[in-house]
Amino acid sequence: MFGRRGSLLLTEIMGVALAAIRANALRSFLTTLGIIIGVGAVITMVSLGEGASRQIQTQIEGMGTNVLSIQPARGRMMGGIASGAARLYADDAVALRDQSNGLLKVAPETSSRLQVTYLRWNDNLEVFGTWPEWFEINNMRLAHGRLFDFGENQGRRRVAVLGSEVPVNLGGTPPELLMGRTIQVRGISFEVIGILEEKGSATPFMNPDNRVYVPLNTALYRVMGGRDFLGGISVQVPGTALMDLAYSEIDRILRRQHQILPGQPADFQIRNFSDLLATFQETQQTFAFLLAGIAAVSLLVGGIGIMNIMLVSVTERTREIGVRKAMGATRLNILFQFLIESLALCLLGGALGVAAGWGGAALVAWQGGMPTAVAMEAVIIALGFSAAIGLFFGIWPARRAAKLDPIVALRYE
Amino acid sequence: MTDMGGNGKSENDVIIRTQGLKKYYVLGAETVRAVRGVDLVIRREEFVAIMGPSGSGKSTFMNLIGCLDTPTDGEYWLNGTSVKELSDNELARIRNKEIGFVFQTFNLLPRATALHNVELPLIYAGVRGRSRREMAREKLELVGLGDRMSHKPPELSGGQRQRVAIARALVNNPALLLADEPTGNLDSVTGEEIMEVLADLNRQGQTILLVTHEHNIAAFARRQVHLLDGLIERDFINHHAGVEA
Repeated sequence: MFGRRGSLLLTEIMGVALAAIRANALRSFLTTLGIIIGVGAVITMVSLGEGASRQIQTQIEGMGTNVLSIQPARGRMMGGIASGAARLYADDAVALRDQSNGLLKVAPETSSRLQVTYLRWNDNLEVFGTWPEWFEINNMRLAHGRLFDFGENQGRRRVAVLGSEVPVNLGGTPPELLMGRTIQVRGISFEVIGILEEKGSATPFMNPDNRVYVPLNTALYRVMGGRDFLGGISVQVPGTALMDLAYSEIDRILRRQHQILPGQPADFQIRNFSDLLATFQETQQTFAFLLAGIAAVSLLVGGIGIMNIMLVSVTERTREIGVRKAMGATRLNILFQFLIESLALCLLGGALGVAAGWGGAALVAWQGGMPTAVAMEAVIIALGFSAAIGLFFGIWPARRAAKLDPIVALRYE
Repeated sequence: MTDMGGNGKSENDVIIRTQGLKKYYVLGAETVRAVRGVDLVIRREEFVAIMGPSGSGKSTFMNLIGCLDTPTDGEYWLNGTSVKELSDNELARIRNKEIGFVFQTFNLLPRATALHNVELPLIYAGVRGRSRREMAREKLELVGLGDRMSHKPPELSGGQRQRVAIARALVNNPALLLADEPTGNLDSVTGEEIMEVLADLNRQGQTILLVTHEHNIAAFARRQVHLLDGLIERDFINHHAGVEA
């Protein structure tokens, strides 16, 4: 009794369901509002999360998985003494470079936000002191001029390499014209010797394109005014296969530098960017579960609304059900009619919700300047979930309709 | 099988045969014996009026004949098929194919056009698009509504609505047209017009079972069956059928 007849009926029944939804357009819209808002909010949030996630991921990947970051241990108590005193110095970086038998490529880092002036323009920028190796480790390439060299670091020369956005912030001067010019950092004159290509991995916390790069020793002794400790040390290992060896070498060298006995906790920490990535993904997953929870609750509430309106619809159309049964509709025909109506209602709500979420994400991206990316999985899951809600909450009203006695239904006023 | 009609016609002509048909309802502590054992034979091309005061069991009998209800006891053959043993789906198929309903309150779908209302039984019969519209159009033209096909019931008069309902009842070429007080909601002039339509259909060979309590309406039928307290009281041929009162 299915087959040809069944498939024919299905298209007919869909027409009937859509006509019923159209006939009560306002009521249908208000009913699906719960699902529209639920799906819309989730799509917007997921898009925001996805946008941030992709950005951070590209950034982390851009740094390379064979780069380690060494930082002073923080926040941990060691033998009753606060570890705030633990620091890394330029000597530590030198020791890592010289004592690792050429295994490690090392770049110490120190940075501070300072006033930078060019002619009549000035801006508060991150001034970043490091060694020439840093640019190689971090995949930063030159667009104009040259990098500073080892000698200029030793000589504490006042030379600067600018990130690609710096010329824009200093009056929009064309990069070529800035070459060889003098800028002031905290009133100290620096010669611009190079400008970098755009890296394009900005986050709200960090933007390597908006930095003024100077030799480490110049930064420490001329600019930062006697601050001799580092923010951290970047280390590049030739290959991921040598990662374990690199860990133990760094540990050995720095323990000797800091005179920490084996077995005692170290006052520095080594972080791998792939660890960072894993931690980040874990956070991301927690966030996703939270969103899924919110979505489930809102869809549940929306689904109850759908069931309510479907029950009203079945009661309102009792007479119609009686007529259809008298005309030869089977229970299954009636069941499908109402099931498809609730399914269509939910899918419509889901689709409108996806559109609203898409719009919301675009609005946030445009107004808030935050990156967003509408995840296809989220759209598919949202629609699938809407359909499931429609079936789940539609089955009971549909069964009630199907079980109606045609005599009673025909007499219903 | 004995020849129930006794007038020499063959068994193939029998559309309806009931034997000891009973329908009891339990209402609280009471058992209502609505139909208490009806034996009736209706042959092809007959026009029969079922009459009786309210409470005589004619509505219940009508529901049994229309396969909207199943009997408590007794037998009912429709077009040679015993209806007693049929499942819900088979009953739906019989209502779809073998019976055309015309109701007192028309029972049209208010939001659908006249054409779509007439198409309804064809949808459940599984007839596809173009031929379905063609068949529905043909029946609407037959009842004189060829120019009202895209109107919706609220835009039609009572008589026009009942004509749509008749077209709908005919569209699957049923063995039996079942009309339950078809003129009950119409003024007397329109009512007689509708009866003329039915009489016309009967002249063209359509078997019709009419339920009414109005004598002037029943007068259109050739045969009258009077029910009283769930039993047949009188069953006679009206020789003046079709003659204007």
